Amino acid sequence: MTYSISNIARSKGDPKVLHSGPSSLGAADRLARALGWYSIGLGLAELFAAKRITRALGMEGKEALVRAYGVRELGHGIVSLSPDKHLGLWSRVAGDGLDIATLMTAMRHDNPKRDNVGIALAAVLGVTLLDIIGAQGVTARHSRPHGRPRSYRDRTGFPQGVQAARGAARDFKVPPDMRAVPTLAAVSDRAPQEKAQEKARPH
Amino acid sequence: MRALVWHGKEDIRCDTVTDPEIEQPRDAIVKVTSCAICGSDLHLFHNFIPAMLPGDIMGHEMMGEVVEVGPEARHKLKVGDRVVVPFTIICGQCDQCKRGNFSVCEATNRKKYLADKVFGHPTAGLFGYTHLTGGYPGGQAEYLRVPFADATHIKVPDGIPDEKVLFLGDIFPTGWQAAVQCDIQPTDTVAIWGCGPVGQMAIRSAVLLGAKQVVAIDHLPERLEMAEAGGAITINFDEESVVERLNELTGGLGPEKCIDAIGMEAHVSPSMPDTVYDRAKQMVGAESDRPHVLREMIYVCRPAGVISIPGVYGGLVDKIPMGQLMNKGLTIRTGQTHVNRWTDDLLRRIEEGQIDPSFVITHSVSLEEGPEMYKVFRDKQDSCIKVVLKP
Ligand SMILES: [Zn+2]
Ligand SMILES: [Zn+2]
Repeated sequence: MTYSISNIARSKGDPKVLHSGPSSLGAADRLARALGWYSIGLGLAELFAAKRITRALGMEGKEALVRAYGVRELGHGIVSLSPDKHLGLWSRVAGDGLDIATLMTAMRHDNPKRDNVGIALAAVLGVTLLDIIGAQGVTARHSRPHGRPRSYRDRTGFPQGVQAARGAARDFKVPPDMRAVPTLAAVSDRAPQEKAQEKARPH
Repeated sequence: MRALVWHGKEDIRCDTVTDPEIEQPRDAIVKVTSCAICGSDLHLFHNFIPAMLPGDIMGHEMMGEVVEVGPEARHKLKVGDRVVVPFTIICGQCDQCKRGNFSVCEATNRKKYLADKVFGHPTAGLFGYTHLTGGYPGGQAEYLRVPFADATHIKVPDGIPDEKVLFLGDIFPTGWQAAVQCDIQPTDTVAIWGCGPVGQMAIRSAVLLGAKQVVAIDHLPERLEMAEAGGAITINFDEESVVERLNELTGGLGPEKCIDAIGMEAHVSPSMPDTVYDRAKQMVGAESDRPHVLREMIYVCRPAGVISIPGVYGGLVDKIPMGQLMNKGLTIRTGQTHVNRWTDDLLRRIEEGQIDPSFVITHSVSLEEGPEMYKVFRDKQDSCIKVVLKP
């Protein structure tokens, strides 16, 4: 599998995977990934086979619209596959609404391809359901729950307290290659700046 | 043995893998007793750093007990020694190592041909990181092979708990170097962007080194609270303007020293339009990093000041205001940490009770819970700041 391919780039003695355990990806993440790739596939089809799609749906003349939807679909896909996948999936839900509205305009009695439009509508409705499940799933899985954060008020890191720590490492000699701007110290010592800084005392 | 293995974007698993073995005479094998998840592991988790391969073992913050030593490392290490492993693999003998520039050791990157192409010249080998830095298996595992082990280790005495010394391998010296290269003067205001683990260490370091005031910037209440506990004045960027507040705190002059403890994945918010622009470019592969913090630091820093960048960047950034940077005469200092340059001194400061880095640990779990903890840490759930894993 992929390991055996990537193992070619690996040194001989490096540990190799024997069997795989639980993953950081949850079910919602996997659904998001599948829907993201679906978006990419659909987007490419809309972009490059717009004529066939409009013909099948009796929507001749709407090729430019279908191509624009293809670009939109690619956008949904890219965001759904990124770490910000909740945004991608919610944008897909909005896009589904747009697709349904557009297909409804083709559900006219005089459209000879009315049956195809019906099938397409059913498919979009099904995918919309998955999108909503996925969007809710990743939002729930990755959001910070509301409520009070834990308190770290006592986490000073200084066993002898903050006051004792201030300047406690002044014995440290900054190595010559890391000395920065020796003139700045002299400049900082001048009175006008001290006055200015006094005005802006920290709380 | 069990190890946390990278399988792809956001897909880290606790796998069973073959045990590491001594390959080179200078190697040692360490039985890992504690390891940690680092903020930079999240860049790998998001696949924002190029050249990770499925099957790579994660982790570069670890310590443990030496269980096997190669023949050419025996003059420095013996079975039973307790060591923290620095995340930078060092030879200790090349020109750079002799100068103390350990993170750019010229001998330890075994994928030199890759690094030459991408970086121009290779940097040191790193554990649990991209193949650009050697692709060495990491330490979120039960056992670790340490190459160049006679140089690549920090010995720690028995009787001091893992939690107090574990961070000598990365985040403590990283925060320390970030502050040291600011050359802090008693009149300096040091502003630190990001109150994650490295930011917290940088705050403590700047306080110890005697800054006049240390200002910490974040928007998560629990992280700001921890920063305040360490002696920092805090700015919540969701609630107030960072630039205005920093100018207010410095009498309109700007902070002399600025530290970027955020790196390539700055928080994205419509209130900071450049972050939305960066995120969009990043998604379509037109930019690899989101440098909002760099832009803000260059803008607010006092002229002739220092900008110190311990935060990790991966590749290409966009819209860096070179005009401001050049005209203000700012000094930029950056680099991966020269860990072993600082650790003797820092271990002494821990032993003397000047600082106890374990304050930053918020979660301690088993290795099996590791994959889930990547998610918890990334999503900043349960007030998570630092995760320690016990293999
Ligand atoms: Zn780290
Ligand atoms: Zn070297």
